[in-house]
Amino acid sequence: MRLRDAALDARCLRALIAKELAQIARDPSTFLIAFALPLLLLFLFGYAVSLDTTRTRIAVVVQDDSAPALRLAESYRRSPYFEVTMARSLASVRGMMVDGSARGVVVIPQGFGEGVKRRAPPPIQVITDGSQPNTASFVGTYAEGVRQSWAAAEGLGPAPAATGPPIALSPRFWFNPDLRSRYFLVPGSIAIVMTMIGTLLTALVVAREWERGTMEAMMATPISMAEFIASKVIPYFLLAMASMALCTLLAVFAFGVPFRGSILALLAVASAFLMPALGLGLFISASTKNQFVASQIALLTAFLPTFLLSGFIFEIGSMPLPIRIITYAVPARYLIPSLQTVFLAGDYWGLLLPNIGIMLGFGFLFFALSFRVTRRSLD
Amino acid sequence: MDGPVARADGIVKRFGTGAPALDGVAIAIAPGRITGLVGPDGAGKTTLIRLLAGLMAADAGTIEVLGRAPGDARDAIGYMPQRFGLYEDLTVQENLDLYAELRALPRSERAEVFGKLLEFTDLARFRSRLAGRLSGGMKQKLGLACALVKAPRLLLLDEPGVGVDPISRRELWAMVGDLKREGIGVLWSTAYLDEAEKCDCVYLLNAGKLLFEGPPAALTGRVDDRVIRISGFEERRRRFLTEALDRPEVIDGTIQGRSVRLLLREGASFQPPPHATVDLAPPRFEDGFVEILGGGPTGTSRLAERYRTIPETDRPVIEAKGLTKRFGDFTAAEDMRFEIPRGRIFGLLGPNGAGKSTTFKMLCGLLTPTAGTGAVAGFDLRSAAADARAQLGYMAQKFSLYGNLSVRQNLDFFAGAYELSRADAARAIDEALDVFELERVAGRDAGSLPLGFKQRLALACAVLHQPPVLFLDEPTSGVDPVMRREFWTHINGLVEKGVTVLVTTHFMDEAEYCDEVTLIYRAVQIATGTPDDLKADAATLAGLDDPTMEEAFIALIEEHDRAHGVRAEAA
Repeated sequence: MRLRDAALDARCLRALIAKELAQIARDPSTFLIAFALPLLLLFLFGYAVSLDTTRTRIAVVVQDDSAPALRLAESYRRSPYFEVTMARSLASVRGMMVDGSARGVVVIPQGFGEGVKRRAPPPIQVITDGSQPNTASFVGTYAEGVRQSWAAAEGLGPAPAATGPPIALSPRFWFNPDLRSRYFLVPGSIAIVMTMIGTLLTALVVAREWERGTMEAMMATPISMAEFIASKVIPYFLLAMASMALCTLLAVFAFGVPFRGSILALLAVASAFLMPALGLGLFISASTKNQFVASQIALLTAFLPTFLLSGFIFEIGSMPLPIRIITYAVPARYLIPSLQTVFLAGDYWGLLLPNIGIMLGFGFLFFALSFRVTRRSLD
Repeated sequence: MDGPVARADGIVKRFGTGAPALDGVAIAIAPGRITGLVGPDGAGKTTLIRLLAGLMAADAGTIEVLGRAPGDARDAIGYMPQRFGLYEDLTVQENLDLYAELRALPRSERAEVFGKLLEFTDLARFRSRLAGRLSGGMKQKLGLACALVKAPRLLLLDEPGVGVDPISRRELWAMVGDLKREGIGVLWSTAYLDEAEKCDCVYLLNAGKLLFEGPPAALTGRVDDRVIRISGFEERRRRFLTEALDRPEVIDGTIQGRSVRLLLREGASFQPPPHATVDLAPPRFEDGFVEILGGGPTGTSRLAERYRTIPETDRPVIEAKGLTKRFGDFTAAEDMRFEIPRGRIFGLLGPNGAGKSTTFKMLCGLLTPTAGTGAVAGFDLRSAAADARAQLGYMAQKFSLYGNLSVRQNLDFFAGAYELSRADAARAIDEALDVFELERVAGRDAGSLPLGFKQRLALACAVLHQPPVLFLDEPTSGVDPVMRREFWTHINGLVEKGVTVLVTTHFMDEAEYCDEVTLIYRAVQIATGTPDDLKADAATLAGLDDPTMEEAFIALIEEHDRAHGVRAEAA
């Protein structure tokens, strides 16, 4: 296993890949990870998990029959952020707060219309569910926002006392104009799926060869280490790309995620990411030689960083500096913005190419490490 | 005869800091011969084979295979690792195809080679079966076939015979005999010393050092006329062995059925007890090994001396009444029946996967029987499994103590697990450290100890609470014969005190220590009796003269198969 390590013989490689594919085809867990997991993730991120601020259920209690009070209540009803249940008394919505069918209550008090006439509207009351602090503060802020818009439309100064803002902000979000989290979560889940296949699955299958003693038998045949590694990399590369394609098709056609770039760019980005993912998987399995340890290390070094430190869920810009520095060592950090660019913006090669370059660099590093470890393995 | 196909000189190989795994070993493998690499576990056999296969580099010394470095001669080496190197999720044919491709067997020759190999291994009917679903013996044959696809000149077999049934093992020997006639140089490594006698030339390794090289007869020749068999005292043979081993003229002794077999010091003569019959016995490879190691331990067990005497009882101490275990439609053990009286050693004998462990686990209360009942020390397994467990000491196969706890911590743990009071525990642990000579290593991690100390510690932990019943799961397979003697000296001593012992083993030598054995084959008991009775039955059945336990087992299996139709193929 010395000088001939770099040699690649087509016949040996073909035989090894055929064996690998037969094993993949007979192993139900491979299919679970490659095809069932993407479906599950897309479903979760597409429907169940939403970081969006739309549609929180609240109740609006209108205790005043005046026109301004009804107009305010109508503003709440039309707000895209709330799903409103109208009520006449606080007592009648108490049950909704308890059972969670309402996350907040806006009370427009008696005499509200009178106050508006006198250009001094009494304060409205906003009751929130303190057991869910995030939602509570969200309800408070947005309820106030709706009231302010209403006040502006009524020609009232922003209550209670402040003067109108000198500059009116009218936010507009580019690339994801509706700020749908689904649009960036779904491409992000492609990163998760490719990490699972590239690193976790690869780590498991190579470690399995060690555990079952087949690695030893392989090493005693005339095959080179390069052939062995290639026979692991190529099938799982293809599997990961197939799974990526499945995710993309689902994202675009089932979830309506826009796809503004080209397929070429997507393939380039995904292939570049698979180099470090597969390289890390090989390195982990060759250094642990044990499926259990390999899976633990793969989860810790590949899955969790991809999940937490890649900008997939948590924005890197808002992380503390030391953690931000760590994110530079996470290959997925370069994949997520690239994927989001390809999906939501288009082929901006100026952004994609440096990311692709860095991912390939990580890939080279991991492959070099796995070669080193695999070669001296039986000692 | 040509020069050797492989040669190694002055090989040193170290792992980490401790003693080297191989220390100045030299070996030469001649073409057309079976060279045995024999030694207990941990002797360095696998390391030497891996060096010859070019899977590792030696720290010192030279290795040549067909005049080349081993890494450059891979196309001429067939190698079967310990677990056969098969892909269990590929079929028999796919495994063969893979190895044929990797070894660059031309397509035109393939049909002929596969045909020959499948016929040779008798696997033709199972071409499309997944390798993982073959029996142990068939896996071993397929492993051999895969190592043979491109007719190697050097065949390296790493413990091919371990744990497979004796019939498969005998077939394997016959197959390797054919290869030898084709001029292949075969290296066969084994921990079974009886296999050494079948080799043309033997290298005996112990703790990384070469103890002997040459034809096996040269080793047994050293103890010719010094091995005697004494019989005619029936029930007192264990006490007699103890006394004999304490005499200076006896350097080794074992129980063999109803007789006692002794190895005498060079030039010594032995005064037999009155009424006993003394015969000269043919020496075995093991006798020579023990002689080189300087003889076995003396006969008195310090453990037994301090052990309580287990009260007499008329009832059987261990009872199995039709114990049956099924997993789905697979029957792991069927209708196991035996009774073991107080102070006896009973053996469950059979190859891996035959159902020994299942029966054992049911008697320990670790598996609930599908049908049948059993009792240990009067406690029914179904209604009082926990009470039954409290009555037994259990020593598991291999090393099942906590490797990263110290010797003393392991003892502490087991004292706690057996609910000894603080004072009893302290006394029991001090005694154990003294009896098993473990004081010196009391603070060391159990995992870092040499095999012999590990084994003493395992036994010490199992008997801390002085149980009336001992369960031993392959207690001495793979350990060197001196360690094995030491172990059985303790067990024999305990049995004299009234302890009842149940042993499982696939190791025929261990069966000889038993008062009674039952042969388990494919989930059923095919014969039960004293080792001598079973051998006598086999002698009549197969017309053998003085068969070994293994030969007896084979004869009884064949008889069983005859009585139950052809040998079922679907194991």
